[in-house]
Amino acid sequence: MENLKKYWKRNLLYLSILLSFWFIISYGCGILFVDELNTIKLGGFKLGFWFAQQGAIYGFIVLIFIYTFLMNRLDKKYDLDEK
Amino acid sequence: MSVQVWTYIIVGITFALYIGIAIWSRASSTGEFYVAGGGVHPVANGMATAADWMSAASFISMAGIISFSGYDGSVYLLGWTGGYVLLALLLAPYLRKFGKFTVPDFVGDRYYSQTARTVAVFCALFVSFTYVAGQMRGVGVVFSRFLEVPVNYGVIIGMFIVFFYAVLGGMKGITYTQVAQYCILIFAFMVPAIFISIMLTDNPIPQLGFGGKLADGTYLLDKLDGLHEELGFARYTEGTKGMWDLFCITGALMVGTAGLPHVIVRFFTVPKVKDARLSAGYALIFIAILYTTAPAIAVFARTNLINTVKDRPYNQMPTWFNKWESTGLIQFEDKNGDGKVQYVGNKEKNELTIDNDIIVLANPEIAKLPNWVVALVAAGGLAAALSTAAGLLLVISASISHDLIKKQLKPDISDHAELVIARVSAGFAVLMAGYFGVNPPDYVAATVAFAFGLAASSFFPVIIMGIFNKKMNKEGAIAGMVTGILFTSGYIINFKFLDPGLNSEEHWLFGISPEGIGFIGMLLNFIVSWVVMKFTPAPPEEIRELVESIRYPRGATEAHEIEL
Repeated sequence: MENLKKYWKRNLLYLSILLSFWFIISYGCGILFVDELNTIKLGGFKLGFWFAQQGAIYGFIVLIFIYTFLMNRLDKKYDLDEK
Repeated sequence: MSVQVWTYIIVGITFALYIGIAIWSRASSTGEFYVAGGGVHPVANGMATAADWMSAASFISMAGIISFSGYDGSVYLLGWTGGYVLLALLLAPYLRKFGKFTVPDFVGDRYYSQTARTVAVFCALFVSFTYVAGQMRGVGVVFSRFLEVPVNYGVIIGMFIVFFYAVLGGMKGITYTQVAQYCILIFAFMVPAIFISIMLTDNPIPQLGFGGKLADGTYLLDKLDGLHEELGFARYTEGTKGMWDLFCITGALMVGTAGLPHVIVRFFTVPKVKDARLSAGYALIFIAILYTTAPAIAVFARTNLINTVKDRPYNQMPTWFNKWESTGLIQFEDKNGDGKVQYVGNKEKNELTIDNDIIVLANPEIAKLPNWVVALVAAGGLAAALSTAAGLLLVISASISHDLIKKQLKPDISDHAELVIARVSAGFAVLMAGYFGVNPPDYVAATVAFAFGLAASSFFPVIIMGIFNKKMNKEGAIAGMVTGILFTSGYIINFKFLDPGLNSEEHWLFGISPEGIGFIGMLLNFIVSWVVMKFTPAPPEEIRELVESIRYPRGATEAHEIEL
């Protein structure tokens, strides 16, 4: 029982960290701070525009795979993985 | 060979392929019909999810919308991909562990209430029908332009194909057909993008090409911004929408994506909880290939289009221009009578109206690519529309045969009879979809806001609270769902149907457009549920145990399968 609680707490911790990144790369860089970032240029792209139309999407993929990796490890550690 | 002959050949081959797969992978049990027997590999499932997700709207319309709205179009790119992060992290693994067939199944069992189940069935049906109507119209547009048959014949041919493989194959047939459809649609989307990227910027990767330099040494995006300023449009990379509105639209689309029943049901089809997480990741990779290419196509097409029409005499327009004019999707009115095309930002002086939907379809012709590429794009558009339509039909048929009949009206029905009813309701849904395809309601575009708004303000919060809050009870969930739906649909109906004249920023609540209001509806749903929960009895012990059990992967049942 104690173990299950720890497992769930750790899961929630991973979720809050990853979802903060999710928020920052999309809403943060792509919308809220787009004007500030647009003053920086990345090749032909304004940086804010690049995040909104390219960067955030790459970031989303990375976040999902990090989560999958972390959770698979966690499942094993607490012996909760599927046989 | 002409475009038309090429189109017949390529479309014919792809259709034969879909039907072949349907016959090879026929469903024989309800388990196979609803969730493909739960035995689909995560990569295959990822591709199928991607094809299911990328509809005629993604393939045909999205790049066009971005092309005309520039930076503002980012809401679709962010919204329709970011939702997958929510799916993978917050929904998919738990729903897979829960191990039932449909979303109303989860809502009904978790909230121990037939009322909650009925509300969920109603939402699932509404969202799916809205969507299916749009797909059939997409099929009609492609047929009418490339095969030069009347739109209605196109819709009927499309109905026949979908009927054949969805009704016969069920989820199993659909899943494998969708894998094939994904391959066709992504190939069809990428080939012209790569060609045009090389032609304009000398870079074969469109994602990099649209940030690259033109032959004259200026950056493509700077050039386009310049053209926009010259013609009196807002700068392409800056847009015109308010920040808060962009925020809410993106939010509604993301959360709506994660709440759409035909997407969620995909994660019931993989063998393990682990695979559900992974599958969402693969799905997003496959989706991202198209979604990161679309903004590049938007920029290429916009630049080419402006250069083709700007101040040119009308009688020197290329053939694609006249062909699309005859479908009514391009309209030219020579207001100042000088015989030239004035395409400018000022509405009084502008003489050219171009429908969003033609950008992707006309793009290869605008760039003067070979005829087989044009035909390939037509086949890709059909693949996108058909794959999504099939996935939706399955949700509709499962909602009727499983959630309504088996779970509510006639619980003692045999598996065999349920399968028959599932097929009959899929057939019925195809007919309904065909009807909407032949007689498209004027408000198809408006109803998309509806579908996402409702998914965001109804399903997403109840599922999230069902997993992450053990104390959430049926009173809270029902009150939340009803509030979310009434608020969101009331707002959309008011501005889109009752009083379209008032649909402008000064009349909106906090400057939020109807497209973004689902986000506020979602917040209201969370608040109302939580408040009602505090004043009503806690859920029974076995529900808390159910919630406890879906949080841990160990012991996931195999997806239900009953042999006939």
